[in-house]
Amino acid sequence: MKPMINIALPKGRLGEKAYGMFEKAGFECPSIREESRKLIFENTELGVRYFWVKPSDVVIYVERGAADIGIAGKDIILEYSPDIYELADLGIGKCRMAVAAKKDFCDPRDRTLRVATKFPNIARSYYASLSREIDIIKLNGSIELAPILGLSDVIVDIVETGKTLYENDLEPKNDIVSISARLIANKVSYKFKNESIRAICEQMNRVLQENK
Amino acid sequence: MNVSANVLKNDERAIYQLRALYKKYGYSHYKVSKFEEYDLYSRHKNFLVSQNVLTFTDTNGKLLALKPDVTLSIIKHIPQNDGGTHKLCYNENVYRTSADSDGFREIMQTGLECIGEIDLYAECEVLMLAMRSLETISADYILDLSHMGMVEGLLEEAMVDEETRAEMISLIESKNVNALVSVCKQRGVSLEMQLKLSQLTEMYLPIERALPLLSTLIVGEKMQVAYEKLSKIHAVMREYGLSDRLYLDFSIVNDATYYDSLSFQGFINGISESVLSGGRYDRLMKQLSKNMGAIGFAVYLDRLERFEWVEKQYDTDVVLLYDDDVTLEMILKTQNELITNGFSVLTTKSPDQSLRFRKLLKLTEGGLQTLETND
Repeated sequence: MKPMINIALPKGRLGEKAYGMFEKAGFECPSIREESRKLIFENTELGVRYFWVKPSDVVIYVERGAADIGIAGKDIILEYSPDIYELADLGIGKCRMAVAAKKDFCDPRDRTLRVATKFPNIARSYYASLSREIDIIKLNGSIELAPILGLSDVIVDIVETGKTLYENDLEPKNDIVSISARLIANKVSYKFKNESIRAICEQMNRVLQENK
Repeated sequence: MNVSANVLKNDERAIYQLRALYKKYGYSHYKVSKFEEYDLYSRHKNFLVSQNVLTFTDTNGKLLALKPDVTLSIIKHIPQNDGGTHKLCYNENVYRTSADSDGFREIMQTGLECIGEIDLYAECEVLMLAMRSLETISADYILDLSHMGMVEGLLEEAMVDEETRAEMISLIESKNVNALVSVCKQRGVSLEMQLKLSQLTEMYLPIERALPLLSTLIVGEKMQVAYEKLSKIHAVMREYGLSDRLYLDFSIVNDATYYDSLSFQGFINGISESVLSGGRYDRLMKQLSKNMGAIGFAVYLDRLERFEWVEKQYDTDVVLLYDDDVTLEMILKTQNELITNGFSVLTTKSPDQSLRFRKLLKLTEGGLQTLETND
């Protein structure tokens, strides 16, 4: 019997896109498209089981082996640096991690820089590489408000089009790293379910090539 | 001992079974003190899995630590090169922080060290014991073996600077081939090297199937030496009958300050972390100014906590079948050999179908054949 592969998908648009790729790769699970309150969706024939989790939790499910593989943004992987295998770049959910500030902002080099962000680890290592002393203000949402209200000097956040920034009189200043969705795997599952996980990887890569 | 196995917790059961296993091969039990001078750890911080050490001052004002690691203590207390080889096993509590909690945890660890002159036999014996240790816990296990010379050799040939090298190693560890290739492209690494690096990173095969592929990747002497070592190990492990569950995986990259050749990690299906880890740490010996070789491993017993240990029940270890062509002497001799090796043996011509056994052997004129293994 084929081993069941548990796949953690991030709730939201990115997860739906990712599932679309799994579907094209031949690992469909029609029940997932139906309106229901179910949490787990199985296709026993193909040996796949999908479930939706909060995007930032995908790495935890995978690292701890509750999911064998999963789809996570590179931002989440960088922030939590989980002990996992990163097997493919799916090329969806493309955006970048950037420093943004008010349009007229000029970096005060003589003071500690106040940085508001949802990603303290990424921000810390970025400024450490510049040897810049910073004060991290960890926020959980509406990061753009912080520089407007004078809570922080700059923000470190995900920028897709920059529209929200421009509408609020902010603009991206420096790019830190580009982000996209990655296919990740639990290290132990990769060993014991190697054939199935590799097959999924190969098919996903095929879909990727076709999409290009 | 008159204790039924089912009253023991997983870690306790493993301790007894593993100690019995190591004793069988002549490893003597070594007890180290709970405390160690902090100095030892501050000098070799990177060798520790978790770098936080629980310290306190003793009555003389000296800074002591609750042991976070056993290997360092054993090496420290082993006499300077006395020409002999020390085979030691231990089970000790160590004190560490786990990655996502600030508090310290007491962790039961068991393992063994072989210190002195390390030759191919000694290496294979330790690998074999690592595999048998895993087998004690579950029949569904894997041991991943890596040789530092492979990755190091290839990176040397690719001629990248120190910073890029560190970046590449972390990408190899997460089997991130895409990013590895793009780093190669940025740094102008040749296409041939790119391909070899990706193949080495991606490789995950039983040693038997991995070796032919590995031979196509060799560049330079370092890799050649590593390859030859791995082939020799394969030959010995095949003799032990253990090569099926021995995999090559070069994404295991241990700190090069301490490890220079073999590294390995053991996994059990159902436990989402490695339960065994070890390697050859000659470089650490040198840093502690001991001029000897060393290889060993540790089993993380705390990780067995949630594991459902199903011990298979057997009526007998071996069922020995024979046919009419075999002489009585041969039967007696074989049976005797098996019994002296510690197996219980049921010798018969026609076994009871409901019998539960570990091994079904058949004795014919040609010799002994294994028909079935249930281990």
